[in-house]
Amino acid sequence: MKNLIQNINKTFDHRIRLGIMSVLMVNEYADFNRLKELLGVTDGNLASHAKALEAENYIAIEKQFVGKKPNTRYMTTPLGRKAFQEHIEALEKLIQNGN
Amino acid sequence: MDANKYLNDISEIKNMMNRSSRFISLSGLSGILAGIYALVGAYLAYQTIYFDQAEMGSYKTLVISEQAVIKLLIIAGSVLILSVVTGIFLTVRKAQKQGEKIWDKSTQRLVINFLIPLITGGILILHLIEKEQFSLIAPLTLLFYGLAIINASTYTISNVRYLGVTLLVLAFISLWFIGYGLLFWAIGFGFCHIFYGAMMYFKYEKHS
Repeated sequence: MKNLIQNINKTFDHRIRLGIMSVLMVNEYADFNRLKELLGVTDGNLASHAKALEAENYIAIEKQFVGKKPNTRYMTTPLGRKAFQEHIEALEKLIQNGN
Repeated sequence: MDANKYLNDISEIKNMMNRSSRFISLSGLSGILAGIYALVGAYLAYQTIYFDQAEMGSYKTLVISEQAVIKLLIIAGSVLILSVVTGIFLTVRKAQKQGEKIWDKSTQRLVINFLIPLITGGILILHLIEKEQFSLIAPLTLLFYGLAIINASTYTISNVRYLGVTLLVLAFISLWFIGYGLLFWAIGFGFCHIFYGAMMYFKYEKHS
C-alpha cells in the first residue's frame, strides 16, 4: 500500500492541474482561453497552476502572436505524459485496492 | 486517504478528456427524424418515377420527363434541408441543456472532418452527372456519406462509427444492384438513420 501512495504525484493533486493535464493529454495543444472555458476557472488561477506544471517540466508554454493578439499555447512534454500516465495508473490501483 | 477522492479524480480526468476532444451532444432524435424524412422522400420519388412510366430495375430504359426530374430534385433538396435544419436545431437544444458550448474547437473539428469526404464525394458525383453516367451515383453517395461519418466519429460519440460502416457495406452491396438506387437510399438514409438514431436516443437521451 505504501508503494502505491508513493506513486501518487503531488503535483497533480489538485482539480485544476488534473484538468489541465487531462485536456492536454488528448489534444495536441490548447490555448489559454480554451483551457479557461473548459475548466471554468479565472485567469489568475489558471495561470498559476499552469506555471506550477511548467516548473516541474510537465507542460511547455509557447507564446506567439495571432495578428496583434498575444496567444499562449500549452502542450504536454514527454516527461509530463509519462508522469501523468503513472499518476492515473496509481489512482486506478488505489481504487482497486480500496474495494 | 479517501478512495472516493481517487474515484472523483478519475472521473474528472475522463470527463475532461472527453469534453475537450469530442462533441457529445449530437442528437439521436434528429437521426430518427432524418430517417423518416428520407423514407417519405423515397416514397414520393418512387411515385414520381412510377407514374412517369419507367420501371425500377431497368436503368438502361429509364426515361423520365424533365418535369419529373425537377420534381425529384425538389424532393431530394427538401429532404436534405429539412434533415440538416432539424439536426442543427435538436443538437443545439441538447447542447444548451447539457451546458456544452455549441461552436468551439470540438464542433469545428467535427464539422470539418465530416465535410472533407462529403464534399470530395459531392464533387465526384456532380462530375458523373455532367458526364451522364448515372449508374454509380447511388453507391457513391452511400459510400462517401459512410466515410464522412466514420471520419467524424473520432470527434463525437464513437458509436456513430457503426452507422458509417453499415453504410459502406450497403454501398458495396448496391454495386451489384445498379438500378435499385432508390431502394438502397431508402435503406441507407432512411432505415439506418432511424435504427442508429433510436439506439443513440435510448442510450444517451431518454434518461436526461
